[in-house]
Amino acid sequence: MSLRKFLDNIKPNFEEGGKLHWLYSTYDAFETFLYVPNHTSKSGVHIHDARDSKRTMVIVILALIPALLMGMYNVGYQHYLSIGVDASFIQTFIYGLLGMLPHIVVSYVVGLGIEFAMAQIKKEEVAEGFLVSGMLIPMIVPIDTPLWMIAVATAFSVILAKEVFGGTGYNIFNVALIARAFLFFAYPSKMSGDQVWVRTDSTFGIGGGEVVDGLSGATPLGQIATSDVASFSDFSFHSVTGEVLNLWDMFVGLIPGSMGEVSTLAILLGALILIATGVGSWKTMVSVFAGGAATALLLNALAVNLIMEMPPLYHLFLGGFAFGAVFMATDPVTSARTEKGKWVFGFLIGVLAVLIRVFNPGYPEGMMLAILFMNAFAPLIDFYVVDGNIKRRLKRAVK
Amino acid sequence: MANRIKIKKGLQIPLLGKPEKVLRGNVTSEFVHVWPEDYQGITPRLSVKVDDTVKAGQALFHSKMYPEMLFTSPVSGTVVAINRGAKRRILNIVVKADKEVEYVEFGKKDIAKLSTDEVKKSLLESGLWGFIKQRPYDIVANPTSEPRDIFVTGFDSSPLATSYDFVLEGREADLQSGFDALAKLTKGKVFLGISPETTNKGLKGAKNVTITEFDGPHPAGNVGVHINHLAPVNKGEVVWTLNAIDVALIGRLFNEGKVDMTRKIALAGSEVKQTGYYNMLIGTELKGLVKGNVNEGSLRYISGNVLTGTKVASDGALRATHSQVTVIPEGDDVHEFIGWASLSPNRYSSGSTYLKLKKAYRLDARVMGGPRAIIVSNEYEKVFPMDIMPEQLIKSTIAFNIDKMEQLGIYEVAPEDFALCEFVDTSKLEIQKIIRIGLDELRKEME
Repeated sequence: MSLRKFLDNIKPNFEEGGKLHWLYSTYDAFETFLYVPNHTSKSGVHIHDARDSKRTMVIVILALIPALLMGMYNVGYQHYLSIGVDASFIQTFIYGLLGMLPHIVVSYVVGLGIEFAMAQIKKEEVAEGFLVSGMLIPMIVPIDTPLWMIAVATAFSVILAKEVFGGTGYNIFNVALIARAFLFFAYPSKMSGDQVWVRTDSTFGIGGGEVVDGLSGATPLGQIATSDVASFSDFSFHSVTGEVLNLWDMFVGLIPGSMGEVSTLAILLGALILIATGVGSWKTMVSVFAGGAATALLLNALAVNLIMEMPPLYHLFLGGFAFGAVFMATDPVTSARTEKGKWVFGFLIGVLAVLIRVFNPGYPEGMMLAILFMNAFAPLIDFYVVDGNIKRRLKRAVK
Repeated sequence: MANRIKIKKGLQIPLLGKPEKVLRGNVTSEFVHVWPEDYQGITPRLSVKVDDTVKAGQALFHSKMYPEMLFTSPVSGTVVAINRGAKRRILNIVVKADKEVEYVEFGKKDIAKLSTDEVKKSLLESGLWGFIKQRPYDIVANPTSEPRDIFVTGFDSSPLATSYDFVLEGREADLQSGFDALAKLTKGKVFLGISPETTNKGLKGAKNVTITEFDGPHPAGNVGVHINHLAPVNKGEVVWTLNAIDVALIGRLFNEGKVDMTRKIALAGSEVKQTGYYNMLIGTELKGLVKGNVNEGSLRYISGNVLTGTKVASDGALRATHSQVTVIPEGDDVHEFIGWASLSPNRYSSGSTYLKLKKAYRLDARVMGGPRAIIVSNEYEKVFPMDIMPEQLIKSTIAFNIDKMEQLGIYEVAPEDFALCEFVDTSKLEIQKIIRIGLDELRKEME
């Protein structure tokens, strides 16, 4: 095997005393990426499970693929809809692919660059956490987010939300959501409104053209937040060209929105992968949806305005709700770590997300803030679950 | 009918090389090696010098803290070497065995007529005390302490484990004498945990003990699980633990009046050509056992099982507390290409990120990944059937937060209870080592 020989040949340069020892973590990251490390156990158990951190992260990325592909297609779909061109499936997809690829590349290059450098400084192995975060970041921003903003936001979140806490496994807040929150508060004009969700220009020379009359690129949640219709029965969501959108369109995801978040169908496919492999917690997912649905139902019953009347399914299908429930809330590091805690953690995310959407007039999307808020409370939830176990033990001793 | 407790959490790792229940003969060696480190928590003081002659049952070393606690030679012969490691710590004592074993005569004893102190004295001077462990700390029992209860496990549920039923066949009388002796040592109960499949009459029909059946995957046979389900250890309490094979050794001492540390051991593992059982004295070299009976290649020899055993050299010896020798591939010559994307049916994982296509696996000693911070949650919990939160306890032990460790149940556990956590761990932490160090440090703080 020549690749293996090549690695063995260059390895001495990176080891202690070698000229390139300062790049050891980088070498190690590539070597272990290519080959399973062959070091054997020194203490404790003599055999180990084949699952490692790399495998776990790869499964999450695999689960993201359906939403990613659907998101790419939708970027193209919205584009050609807005310029009134009837493009082929392939053309539509390629437009979206080219639109999204630079975002992914920038996110990975910046984030992994920092991760490699940090691992080098700490003389540790490179952790795999950013392989997922780096994919999540481009999926939760609008297509017209400038690339330099993604770079700044990624650097900000990797350094200040992760590395200062000690790296993957020690962070308090979800890294991708911190990047999103940074963008939202630093550059609000690029993160909301009706100008950013649909790309109308050409991409790498593909697409582009005269925008159709009366174009409105607002997301469905944006539409309902700014509508002055009195009751939900008179209200209807519409596409960029003004056609009425039904629940099915929203479920499939052919609506304006952040790149990877639009298709609830594709996200649920990802959820299936996560649950089947045991990588994502079904308890968290179910409880987020349950919390959201329950809150929406309660608000429907008490409704005094249009958005309070919006039925639960719309809440679950629109915006980042499903994406957050499946890929963000289940991040094991920032979620509650106890099983009982996960129910509470997830449920409250659902509740908060819907509450923010309904009662906050400035910002039509609540999922990001709900998850970040609950990230901060996850240790508290766990504290009470663990305390229950401790109290039980104390009671036993007293008896 | 014994009470039955159903254990749901746990994992039976499907390995190749289960020991066939056939006795294949006796294995002896010219030299016998005794390792003080096999007796956890003991500071050894030598009782012999090189060139001294000893009988089987005569002390080789004793405990520094309890000089009456002796550790005796399994054979009669001449002490030929005392090997030391760093800081002159005694590594092992090597005895060249006589052709005919000459035993120290302890005299047959009727346990019913013995007092607690007499039973204790017999065990301490015969060298069998070392097989009695205590919780907290999972160390050789402190002979001055009063155990609340004594827990005996009557089966081994670990991968490729020795069958207690088979090993203890014909040892029913010794078992019962052992149980009677243990009953003298506590004012509380002697608990015996057995499996629903247990057939040995000495276990199933044991008298003077409280029998409970534990039904489920490994670690159902771990005494820690039994304690946690029957009568957990609270702060300030002490319980003693043994396995039934050592109970039979104790019984034999009283019935025959001599220390015979012969174990019927299982030879298991995927690299063994013909598995089976052999009669072997503690400390016997493995050469005679494995010669011509293992596959080619880089191999790992383990005294004990794959989860808790001790790695020994191919010319190493059977360690004192083990009734099993396992041979698996070392795996240091394997370079698996992009393992994270592997669909190979040869990879085994307890989770579902790999397809499980085979009934049994040939696993090697590779760690299969680099160490990471604890990332995945609810991983340890699935293989830890106790009312203890493993992840939180491990974290508090790493931080050595004594208050939290006590609150979360450190006194109830032994490193072996965490063996499966260590196996499944995505973060590849050395959890048994973490717990061992935590227990040792805690003991230093407390005593």
